[in-house]
Amino acid sequence: MAANLDQIFILLRNWLVSFLPAALRPAAGVVLGVIAIVCVFPGFFALTTVFERKGLGRIQNRIGPNRVGPFGLFQPIADGIKALTKEDVVPLSANAAVHFLAPLVMVVAVFMEFAVLPIGRNMVLVDMDAGLLFFFAMGAATELSVFMAGWSSRNKYSLLGAMRAVAQMISYEVVLLLSSVSVVMITGSLSLPKIVAAQDQFTNGFPHWYIFTPWGLAGFLMYAIAATAETNRSPFDLPEGESELVAGYHTEYSGFKFALFFLGEYLAMFSISGLGTTLFLGGWSAPFSFLPWVPSWIWFFGKVMLSIFVFIWLRGTLPRLRQDQLMNFAWKFVLPFTLLNLMVTALWRFMGEGWQRWVVCSVILVAAYVVMGRLEMRREHFGPRSYRYAE
Amino acid sequence: MTSMTMGLATPLAGYLLVAALLFAIGLAGALVRRNAILVLIGIELMLNAANLNLIAFWRFGPHPEALTGMMFAIFSIAVAAAEAAVGLGLVISIYRHTNTAELDNIDRMKG
Amino acid sequence: MSPIFYLLAALTLAGGLATVLLKHLVHAALAVTVAFAGLALLFLQLDAQFAGFAQILVYIGAVAILIVFAILLTHGADLPKEGVFSKTWLVGLIIAAGVFAVLGWAVLESVSAIPQQNTMPAVTVRDIGNALLDRYVLPLEIVALLLTAATIGAVIVAMHEKERPK
Repeated sequence: MAANLDQIFILLRNWLVSFLPAALRPAAGVVLGVIAIVCVFPGFFALTTVFERKGLGRIQNRIGPNRVGPFGLFQPIADGIKALTKEDVVPLSANAAVHFLAPLVMVVAVFMEFAVLPIGRNMVLVDMDAGLLFFFAMGAATELSVFMAGWSSRNKYSLLGAMRAVAQMISYEVVLLLSSVSVVMITGSLSLPKIVAAQDQFTNGFPHWYIFTPWGLAGFLMYAIAATAETNRSPFDLPEGESELVAGYHTEYSGFKFALFFLGEYLAMFSISGLGTTLFLGGWSAPFSFLPWVPSWIWFFGKVMLSIFVFIWLRGTLPRLRQDQLMNFAWKFVLPFTLLNLMVTALWRFMGEGWQRWVVCSVILVAAYVVMGRLEMRREHFGPRSYRYAE
Repeated sequence: MTSMTMGLATPLAGYLLVAALLFAIGLAGALVRRNAILVLIGIELMLNAANLNLIAFWRFGPHPEALTGMMFAIFSIAVAAAEAAVGLGLVISIYRHTNTAELDNIDRMKG
Repeated sequence: MSPIFYLLAALTLAGGLATVLLKHLVHAALAVTVAFAGLALLFLQLDAQFAGFAQILVYIGAVAILIVFAILLTHGADLPKEGVFSKTWLVGLIIAAGVFAVLGWAVLESVSAIPQQNTMPAVTVRDIGNALLDRYVLPLEIVALLLTAATIGAVIVAMHEKERPK
């Protein structure tokens, strides 16, 4: 019974597809999977907008939206109607073709990222051998759409926002890739279902998730920082900070195109959280071995929702980082620490089982963190004050 | 003439012709345009055409399990990225000195 | 040859032609991105998965963005007064046409001698990794050195020079 509930979507798909002749079945199965992704994740996006506004409101000691529906839950419907019926204003001197294509490129690239995420046991749309590489390739395509949006609007604020966003995204993309490589090293495969299967084991009831290892914890923290920066979320949201740049690269977009950018940004957040749970938090596997009766997809969505909650919490709590602070942080602290993490992962692998590797790896990582952190906190040397008076 | 038409029937020939055409387009771009950045874009197109050639020969050649073509293409991608970075850095540096990126205007050593 | 191949080849060649013919530099940069994407899809059709994804990641994710940044930093968005094609454009076109003629003749004349095979053993990323560290370790190390040298070189070349004290 529990196994049936776990595989309920697979059974449903097989039943629906069995009405078709055998030649069409694989294609129809994939199409059903695509329809499911296109319906479920934007639904979660709608839920997350309410979650975020109410969460931010509570952090800021106010109630979020509470007029439309019970606890404001129908707010996304109101937002959707507004976005669809608003006038689509395109600036006269804007490059019309590029201006139109930018949100499309972003949304298409982000939807493609969902194709390789294992949402439950046997529930991955395409089991690619190089699935992780495909995910990062689609992430790279997103950056180009940000630039297209900013440049085509013929607006200095948009262009500035776009340049800052692209510089930030390419810096943190290196960190994202390197922190995932340590997981790939230990698992021995780039295929995401295999990475989850490697974490689906238990010793003494405790799961083998990679976050519970020293290198996994460090890797997960670096991944989380890079993921926050890749999706332009606070505290890295200088490209779209309202008090800085009007709205950054999507200043000149209104109505449905703006809603598409918004959708793209939140979906990117979901897919990066999905990848983070797959790589470090064990994907769809349960936390304790005595809980196999809970379906695997509930664990996956629960973990993704937890990550989203942490994103919202960070947004409400931390102040925004300035552009040069963010770039310094990336290149001078996070990247060297991630490289060190990679070496510590290799050390972990070759030291073999035992308590020694836990101690050695933890000591190296903590010492490096303290030393590198202290190096970054150089005090500015202030000389004696000198005054220059007008002659 | 019969060998030419027989050559067209194989899928390998199709890929090689596309690669040759793309190479010629890249070469034309590098030779015909004024702006230095477009010359670099033309060079990138030529490198990409060569990559397509390599992968096509790997796929349809005698020993695909030796991975020679794929490896060569991957190294070519890496080297092309490095060369694009240095080339564009040079173009930016030239622009700073001469305030132009048009190749016809950078003729201080002329005459 | 399948219709997908014709579609992808048409997309790639259209992107390449648009790059060379468009007047506005940023449009040309976006057109070359389309050409890169078409090539990546061609690689995927040839069962070279790793090369296809690496092409998207490196070319579209890095080289295209580099090109666009360079265009913006050299104010390439303003159109030049004398037009975008150089004075010697006809010679360049003839040379390119000549090169294509020679290559096309070579392809059509000799391709029948190469053994064609249509089934291929599946190539996994593990095989590529093994090959990289087994047979191709020397090129790997040299490419690592090359990339380091290129990074440092690009930074030095494009750096703002310090103002010398007058």
